[in-house]
Amino acid sequence: MFFTFIIVVILTAVALVVAAMTIAHLIAPRSFNPQKGEPYECGIPTRGESWVQFRVGYYLFAILFLMFDIETVFLFPWAVVAASAGTYALVSAACFLGILILGLAYAWRKGALEWN
Amino acid sequence: MEQYYDLTPLLNLIHTWLCGWMPEWLALTLEGIVVGVFILIMYAVLAIILIYMERKVCAAFQCRIGPNRVGGKGGLLQVPADVIKILTKEIITLKNADRFLYNLAPFLVILASILTFSCLPWNKGGEILHMNIGIFFVLAASSIGVLGILLAGWSSNSKYTLIGAVRSGAMIISYELSIGICVLTMVVLSGTMDIQAIVANQADGWNLFKGHIIAIAAFIIYLIAGNAEANRGPFDLAEAEQELTAGYHTEYSGMHFGFFYLAEYLNLFITAGIATTLFLGGWMPLHISGLDGFNQVMDFIPGVVWFVGKTFAVVFLLMWIRWTFPRLRIDQVLTLEWKYLMPVSLVVLLLMTVCKVFGLVF
Repeated sequence: MFFTFIIVVILTAVALVVAAMTIAHLIAPRSFNPQKGEPYECGIPTRGESWVQFRVGYYLFAILFLMFDIETVFLFPWAVVAASAGTYALVSAACFLGILILGLAYAWRKGALEWN
Repeated sequence: MEQYYDLTPLLNLIHTWLCGWMPEWLALTLEGIVVGVFILIMYAVLAIILIYMERKVCAAFQCRIGPNRVGGKGGLLQVPADVIKILTKEIITLKNADRFLYNLAPFLVILASILTFSCLPWNKGGEILHMNIGIFFVLAASSIGVLGILLAGWSSNSKYTLIGAVRSGAMIISYELSIGICVLTMVVLSGTMDIQAIVANQADGWNLFKGHIIAIAAFIIYLIAGNAEANRGPFDLAEAEQELTAGYHTEYSGMHFGFFYLAEYLNLFITAGIATTLFLGGWMPLHISGLDGFNQVMDFIPGVVWFVGKTFAVVFLLMWIRWTFPRLRIDQVLTLEWKYLMPVSLVVLLLMTVCKVFGLVF
């Protein structure tokens, strides 16, 4: 039952995009103009490469995100049984979280969270 | 107290009746088509209502009238007219764009929002995808969306879109952490990841009231992070009009752009819907202990009315935030998340667990 419906939902999403695009292609006008293919840059022709370099800061945040996202994934099974597992599980999870908070504190101290 | 207009018996009855006079695969196919059409209709109708609501709310906050010409006095037909207009616009693909990824991006964005949309608990027994890891699935599915945004920005081969996509990607993945931890807090409180079970747990009081001030703190963090996840409010710097024209979807035209617009508004509804489910009791009616007459009257209102009503209340709250605060800079956005929300939400999680283990919650 469940797998039927998840397939149905995915197919619905695909069908929505395909159907709307088909309708748009059928009724939308089409005219050729070489200017239309240019990327928008305030109306003047693009200078240089469009795929420019961007800050390394974004990359650092992505790495930090990986660390904490995996932590969240690990904590989910614990969270379900947290109430019944009692104090022992609480202390172990607190240690786990503590190590991660230390990691965040290290990144903070090292300046990974600054934007200079 | 036990009547919440349960839909499960009705759905089972329809299923057995269909299986009675046709093979099961045909019955399942038929049900699948009905469910698909239902999702599409709900999706379109909600998007139209939300866009109209946003324009009216925005107008009210800026002391304007908002749409008032098309379709009578209130401008009710303005948004359907816009939909038809957007369908008749030419679809332009850039000369140097990566065609495959450029066309794939709207699929991913719409897929993420429809997958999460179909997990919302509309009523008792009234959700489309029911599974025991429901809320985890919502988190997983909603992170497909950021992939679509990054692809859209990168494949368009334009500077504005690339900067918009990178900004948006950094912001969304950062705020996903706070959302994940706030959800974890509520999972600890409920002891389950099943969305229907989380709602059923709130029969004797919504989680917002059950979890003391800790749940209220988690709710506020969730709202801030949810606003950022939906690329809205003070966090709409991915599409900061004044600097990036439209951010990651600058180069999309016509209906291609429409998908991003659609997904943005539905993500707003989904964020509010998950907030309702986790903190405000989902389809549970409002009960005040001691007032039996009041509680019985509240029980007569169907669950779907409660769910939609609460969700629209949260949507209004999010719109209020959006039209009140000025836009943040990217470094301020990331500082807010990593130096304030993230440590606070970790502390909130620990406090909630301590309260739960020592039985300090209601």
